[in-house]
Amino acid sequence: MVPVLGVLCFVWAMAGFWPMQNHWLPANIGGADAHAIDNLFIFILGLTGVIFVGTGLVFFWFLWKYDAAVTTEPVKYFHGSHQLEVIWSIIPAAALLFIAIFQMTVWANAKIKRPTIGDNIPKPPLAEITGRQFEWRIRYPGKDGVLGNEDDILKVNDLHLPMNEDVVLLIKSQDVLHSFFLPHLRVKQDVVPGMQQFVWFQAKKTGTYDIVCAELCGWGHYKMRGRIVVQSRAEFDKWLEQSWQEQEVSSFAPPAGE
Amino acid sequence: MSTTAIQPHDHGHGAQGMSVGDFVRTYVFSLDHKIIGLQFLFSTLLWFIVGGLLALGIRWQLAYPWSDMPVIGRMLFSAEGGQISPEFYTTLFTMHATVMIFFVIIPILAGAFGNYLIPLMIGADDMAFPTLNMLSYWFMWPAFFLIGMSFLWPPYGAGGGWTSYPPLSVVWDAAPGSHWPQTLWLMGVTCVGVSSMLGSVNYMTTIIQMRAPGMTMFRLPMTIWGMFITAILQAFALPVLTAAGFMQLTDRTLGTGFFLPDGLVVNNSLPATGGGQPILWQHLFWFYSHPAVYIMILPAMGMVSDIISCFSRKPIFGYKPMVYAISGIAGLGFIVWGHHMFVSGMNPFLGMTFMVSTMMIALPSAVKVFNWLGTIWGGKVQFTTPMLFALSFVSMFIIGGLSGIFMAATPVDIFIHDTYFIVAHFHYVLFAGTAMAVFGSIYFWFPKMFGRMMDENLGKVHFFLTFLFLNGTFFTMHILGAVGFPRRLADPYDYETFRHLLPMNRFMTWCAIGMVATQVIFAFNFIRSIFFGQIVGRNPWGANSLEWMAPSPPGHGNFDFQPIVYRGPYEYGSPEVDTDFYPQTQPPPADPAKRFKPPAH
Repeated sequence: MVPVLGVLCFVWAMAGFWPMQNHWLPANIGGADAHAIDNLFIFILGLTGVIFVGTGLVFFWFLWKYDAAVTTEPVKYFHGSHQLEVIWSIIPAAALLFIAIFQMTVWANAKIKRPTIGDNIPKPPLAEITGRQFEWRIRYPGKDGVLGNEDDILKVNDLHLPMNEDVVLLIKSQDVLHSFFLPHLRVKQDVVPGMQQFVWFQAKKTGTYDIVCAELCGWGHYKMRGRIVVQSRAEFDKWLEQSWQEQEVSSFAPPAGE
Repeated sequence: MSTTAIQPHDHGHGAQGMSVGDFVRTYVFSLDHKIIGLQFLFSTLLWFIVGGLLALGIRWQLAYPWSDMPVIGRMLFSAEGGQISPEFYTTLFTMHATVMIFFVIIPILAGAFGNYLIPLMIGADDMAFPTLNMLSYWFMWPAFFLIGMSFLWPPYGAGGGWTSYPPLSVVWDAAPGSHWPQTLWLMGVTCVGVSSMLGSVNYMTTIIQMRAPGMTMFRLPMTIWGMFITAILQAFALPVLTAAGFMQLTDRTLGTGFFLPDGLVVNNSLPATGGGQPILWQHLFWFYSHPAVYIMILPAMGMVSDIISCFSRKPIFGYKPMVYAISGIAGLGFIVWGHHMFVSGMNPFLGMTFMVSTMMIALPSAVKVFNWLGTIWGGKVQFTTPMLFALSFVSMFIIGGLSGIFMAATPVDIFIHDTYFIVAHFHYVLFAGTAMAVFGSIYFWFPKMFGRMMDENLGKVHFFLTFLFLNGTFFTMHILGAVGFPRRLADPYDYETFRHLLPMNRFMTWCAIGMVATQVIFAFNFIRSIFFGQIVGRNPWGANSLEWMAPSPPGHGNFDFQPIVYRGPYEYGSPEVDTDFYPQTQPPPADPAKRFKPPAH
C-alpha cells in the first residue's frame, strides 16, 4: 500500500494534476549538461522506483502470506542461503557501480571540463560574481575584457546573460559561505571565501529566472535573491553598453539640472 | 532454567526505609548499568519533546510565513509581535538538528539501549567500567546545561546550522548577537563527544571481555553487533570532531585562524586573522558526522533484526552476512564523508572517488533489507506493536536508502544538494527509520525494564497515526526537493520559482502537527504503563536472548543464576524442542538422536 501510494504521489506530481501543478523539476532552460542531469534524475527515479515497488510488493506479500493468524504452514527452520546472499550482493553491486561510472561524464562536463576557446585556452569569464551578506555583486569586465579595472561594469543581483553561448562565470565570496544556485539551469556551486571558482553553462531560452543562495549564510539567507536575465547576444550587448553609459553618468557627472 | 542460583539478588525496589544517601547512590549517581540506561532513556525522551516542538516552529514558519504563532507566539516573540524572526528561524533548525542528533538519537541508542541491553544480552552482571559508565551519563549534563543556556541569549540559540560551517560560525560579526549561543553550542557538543567516548570505550571492553560462558562473538544478538560496531565507529571518529570543535572554539574565542582565509570582509570589517581554510572544517566535521549517521542507524538495525526474528518466530536469515554487512557499512562509512561536499568547492576529481565509495555503501544496506525480507519469509508473523514498528523501519529504510542514490549521483546532487530532497532523505532514515525502531524497541523491552507491558491497543493507534503522519510530512519533501526548494530559508516564497509550493507546505505542517500530537498517546501509554501496566514474567514475548532469562526488571547484578550459552539467539522453531522458541541458556536435548542435523550442502 505504501509503495503504491508513494509511486502514485510521484506520478501525480510529474503529470501535474491538480493541486500539484509544477510540483516537478522546474523548467529546464539549460544546454546538454543540464538536460543530462534531468535525464539521470529520471533514470535513477525509474530504477529506484522499480526496486521500491518490487521490494514493497514482496514485503507485503510475505506479511500477508505468513501472517500467524492465517498461515497453516509450519515455520521454516532455515538460517539463510549462501547462494542467495551472493546473488543479491553481486546484482546490486554491479548496478550501483554502473550508475557511478555511467554518470562520470556528466559530472566531468559540469565541473571539470571548462569550455575552451580555440587552442585549448579556457574561456574567460563573462562576469565575476561575489557573494556577500546578503546580495550578489556582479562585475562585467567591460570593453577591455579584463576584470578588476576602471571600465568594469558593476551590478547588484542583476545578471544578464547571452543566450546559446557557453557562459563562464567566476564566482567568489567576500565573507561567509554562499551557494550560487540557478535552479532552471541545474547549476549549483558553493562559493568559499579565499577561493576562486568557475561555473559554466548554456542558457537556451530568454527570460528572467532566480538566483538562489543555497548555503546558509546568516539571518538574511532567505532574502539573498538575485535574478538572471537571458537575452539574445545583440540585446545583451546593448544592455551592457547602456549599463556602462548609466554608470559613467552616475559615477562621474551629476545629471543635468542638479 | 534450573541452573543453580549463585547469589540471590533481591534488593527489592521499595524505597521505604532507604536513607537519602542510599537513594542518591541507587537512583541518581548510580553505577548500575540499568539505572544509567533508564536515566539516558528519560533524559532523551524529554529532549525528544523539545526537538519536536522546535520542528513545529520551523513548520509553522514554512506554512504561515511571518504570521503570528498561535498561543505561544506572543509569549516567545513579544518583540516581533508574535512572529518568528529570521534570526530565530536559523536558531530553530540549528537547534532542532542539534537536539535530535546529539541529545536524542545518539544517546537513546548507545546511551539508553546500549547501556541497558549490552550486559543483559551478553550475560554479564554489569559493564566493565561502572564508574566510567556513570560519568558518560553525567557528562551529558554539562552539555544539556550549556546548550540550554544558549537559548538564553539573543537570538536565543545558535544559528549556524548543526554543521556549524565557518566563517559564519566563527566570525562574530557574521551573525550579530550569536556571540554566546554559538560558543556555548560548541562547548556543549564537545561534552556530548566526551560522553559518547566514555560510553564507547566501555561498550567495546564489555562486549569483548564480559561475555557469559559459551557466548561466542557469532552467538551475539544483532543488537549487540550493532552496538559493538557503533562503539568502534565512535571511538575512531569522535576524536576528530572533538579536536575540530576545539579548533573552532579557539578560532572564535582566542583568535586562531584554522578556518578563516585571508581577506575576509564581514559586515564591512576585516577580521584580524587569516591563513586558514573553511573547507578544512567541512572535511573534519564530516569525517565524524558521516560515521555518526551510521552510529544513528546501526544499533537500530540490530534491534529491528531481533524484533523481526522474534515475531516471525523464525531464525534470522543470513546471520553472518548481516554481521558482515554491518561491518562493511562501518568500514565504508569512513571513506564516504566527501559526499556531503560534492558542491562545496572540494576538488571535483575527488568527488568522483567519493561517488563510487558512496554508491558501494548502498550495497550492504541492500543486503540487510533482503535478509530482513528473508527472515519474514516462511515465518509466522505476529503483528504486535514492536513488530509493526520494526516492519515500518524496514519499509521506510528502503525509501531512505533508495533516495540516497539520487544524492550519491554527483551530477544529480548538483541540482538537489541543499534542497528538501536531502531533508526528505535523512528524515526517512532518522525519523521514519531510527525513531520508529526506537519506538518499537521501547515497546519490546519495556516489560524487561519495568516488569509491566505497555498497552498494545494504544500502541497500535500510536503506530498507525505516526506512520500516516510521518509519510504525509516527509514523503512530500521529495517532491519539494524535485522542484529545487532550498532548505534553511525563512521565507522561500520570496522566489518566483517556489511560490506555488505554499499549499503543499501547509499540508506538511498539519501532518507534522498531527505527528507531534500523536506522541501524546505514546507518552500517556508509557507513563501509565510504568505504574499500571499488566505485570508480566521474565519472557513475555517468548524470545531467546539472555535478557529474557533474567527477572523483569532485573535486580542489581542482573541474573539470579549463571547464564551458560549453548547457541545463537535466533533458534525459533527449532525441531529440537517442542516450544517455538529455544532460549540460549537451555541445554540441548540429552539424547543425541533428538539433536537437529543440518542438511548437507
